[in-house]
Amino acid sequence: MFPVRNWTELRLTISLDRNKIIAKMADSYYDPKDLRKFGKITEWSEELGTKFFDYYGKVFEEGALTAREKSLIALAVSHTEQCPYCIDSYTKDGLQKGITKEEMMEAVHVGAAIKSGATLVHGVMMMNKVNKLDG
Amino acid sequence: MATKSLKKTGNELADANRQLEILSNGIFKNGELPTFADKIKETQQFPLRPRKLEILQINVGYMCNQVCDHCHVDAGPDRKEIMTWETMELCLEVIRNTGAHTLDLTGGAPEMNPNFRRFVEEASKAGIKDFIVRSNLTIIRANKKYYDLPEFFKKHNVHVISSMPHWTKGKTDKQRGDGVFDKSIKALQELNAVGYGMPDSELRLDLVYNPSGAFLPGDQASMEKDFKKALMEDFGIQFHNLFAITNLPIARFLDYLIASENYEDYMYQLVDAYNPMAVANVMCTNTISISWDGWLYDCDFNQMLGLKVNSKIKHIANYNEEIINNRNIVISQHCYGCTAGAGSSCQGTVA
Ligand code: SF4
Ligand code: SF4
Repeated sequence: MFPVRNWTELRLTISLDRNKIIAKMADSYYDPKDLRKFGKITEWSEELGTKFFDYYGKVFEEGALTAREKSLIALAVSHTEQCPYCIDSYTKDGLQKGITKEEMMEAVHVGAAIKSGATLVHGVMMMNKVNKLDG
Repeated sequence: MATKSLKKTGNELADANRQLEILSNGIFKNGELPTFADKIKETQQFPLRPRKLEILQINVGYMCNQVCDHCHVDAGPDRKEIMTWETMELCLEVIRNTGAHTLDLTGGAPEMNPNFRRFVEEASKAGIKDFIVRSNLTIIRANKKYYDLPEFFKKHNVHVISSMPHWTKGKTDKQRGDGVFDKSIKALQELNAVGYGMPDSELRLDLVYNPSGAFLPGDQASMEKDFKKALMEDFGIQFHNLFAITNLPIARFLDYLIASENYEDYMYQLVDAYNPMAVANVMCTNTISISWDGWLYDCDFNQMLGLKVNSKIKHIANYNEEIINNRNIVISQHCYGCTAGAGSSCQGTVA
């Protein structure tokens, strides 16, 4: 549960009409509508932008890995990167490719396991240090 | 899961004019997104005109044993619109004289029309090259009187095209109703047993895939590979081609989009995926659609929106192929569903 400090404010936010809610969303760092503008990054640096999108497109083509496998990897990484745009995109991409929600959740767990494993393996560093200083 | 049609429940979207109004208002009226007419004008493809007529698609009635969530026909057991034998006779007359090489029977569940078999028997004598029946599969298992349909189709060399939303039970039943997956699998096995869908068989069995929600279909060839692998491994089922079809924002799918607050996002997806190359081959450019009561339309979608052909001949009773083929096709924003990505028609991608 998220902490609600001010119930009046919460009620007010909910009762705002739709346009105001949209205006409020535009004030936040992440706006779902911005995803559609991603391609515009090319406008301020044509060469690099174009190179990036060509590369990006190529990466996701069917290769030694299937497009389906790549989509699941992208979904897992989207979560470890915690990028809302990528999560939005690769969830939809997975559905389009007929990937089931069970497969998607397993992919997210793979990401989570690596993340937590990566945290925990540093525990060895801590142990080494303790042993050295206080062994 | 719906149990009744929009029409039966008195939903405002049962009214075609209301649907057309929604498709022309909001994001299309305020200029946020271009109308379909404006979009095809960019590539000088307006007005949309037919090429040579290749397919006669006949909708023999909106009655169906299923009530799928996304049905563009708003079909169901409660629909009473059924083609009479008199209208079928008019259709047969047209079939015997048409220049089209394909006859495509659809519904609802076409098999539920009481004169379905008589009509198929007569039509199969007309020398049409490809005779398609769109069968929803579960009808074959719905009642004893339909159990012999695979044999019947075989006898008349019918090309069977069937819907299959996914190769897993969960996703299939979510869209089409509880138990649909198991029945569909059984029906496919029975079709295979009489020779349908086998690798070198002349008895064609194709599947149609359409997404179970507010997203576009993936690449047709990869989906086909996944379907083939899963159906073969899990159930030993074979089929020929998979057609990936985009859901058009009309009837129950439109209702779903609005109710789930996906309408605007979905229209954005369709417009973003607009492919000018797909326009030249959209279904209406080689098809005439005939309704249960004999009216003529550019496609089955326009039929459901009540948009009759823009020609002085609008009914099968005074059918004249030459005059009808010289017309402008009636379009609206639902047409974006036919031009997204690789395009979409009743026979899959077009570009
Ligand atoms: S989608 Fe097909 S099977 Fe489902 S209700 Fe509509 S006509 Fe019937
Ligand atoms: S919806 Fe019908 S009229 Fe519109 S593009 Fe598709 S086939 Fe043509």
